[in-house]
Amino acid sequence: MTMILRWLTGFGRFWYGFIIGDDWTVAATVAMALVVTWLLHTAAVAAWWLPPLAAVAVVGVSLRRAGW
Amino acid sequence: MPSSCSANGARDLAVSHSSVFVTTFLAAAVEVIEMVIIVVGVGSVRGWRSTWLGAGGGLAVLAVLVLAFGAALTAVPIGALRLVVGSLLLVFGLQWLRKGIGRVGANGLRGMGERPAPGEGVPGHGVDWTAFVLSFKGVLLEGLEVAFIVVSFGLAAQALPSAALGAAAALVVIAGAGLLARGVVQRVPRSALQLLVGTLLSSFGTFWAVEGLGVAWPGSDAAILVLVGWYLLAAAGYVGVLRRRAHRLVAQEAGR
Repeated sequence: MTMILRWLTGFGRFWYGFIIGDDWTVAATVAMALVVTWLLHTAAVAAWWLPPLAAVAVVGVSLRRAGW
Repeated sequence: MPSSCSANGARDLAVSHSSVFVTTFLAAAVEVIEMVIIVVGVGSVRGWRSTWLGAGGGLAVLAVLVLAFGAALTAVPIGALRLVVGSLLLVFGLQWLRKGIGRVGANGLRGMGERPAPGEGVPGHGVDWTAFVLSFKGVLLEGLEVAFIVVSFGLAAQALPSAALGAAAALVVIAGAGLLARGVVQRVPRSALQLLVGTLLSSFGTFWAVEGLGVAWPGSDAAILVLVGWYLLAAAGYVGVLRRRAHRLVAQEAGR
């Protein structure tokens, strides 16, 4: 039981680090940008430009938040 | 007369098979280049053992899928797979891009030409799951796309063996070139390599995630090159800002 629990904790920690890392705003912005892109796409608006723009913007914000 | 007809038929068949071979080789090469870039980039930053394990795992799952589904492989929901793999690569690629920008901004390209030290957060023993997952996903997704190309071209032209040979040839040639490039890539300092691989993962991730939503890119696969340029340009801009700030702080310290 303890081994399964340890494995599950390790598994969860790995995916948390992989997706969230040390700044949750990056993953949240990417998720939000993809949702908005999909909504615009369903409204017949070409929105391929949105995720790359949002990605570059959030990297800048994240660098600033980290004090770099 | 019948012998001339059969000679013409054989020639047509040979031309058809060679054109399927060339077309499949070229189409598969585009996908294999993406696969090799991810594997070489991840291996150079995180170490090779777990990267090879991930690539091997991806190939093994791909082989099982191809054997199990055969021609029905086209029924696999590639759009959903692209969205999931693309989103994960994008999120992870941006983390590396951010760290790479920060380090190059702080230290410049120090260490150029030296062998890089083992990466931060890379376990000294056991499997590095980050390298494994990145390499596994890249190989599986791109491998599936190659399998789709083989199945669709091969079945449409009724030349499945030629299509499979074309894809196999692309894999051997591009993977060989990737192995040769490995030595050169490993001499790039870790901070710059992290920035570069972060750029590539973010570019592929953006491309696949958006494609997975059903949104078409202008210029199709060529959009990946534009994305690489876009992220590199942004990284160069941020590095410039950080370098200027670092110089200003040094000047202020010296002035006290």
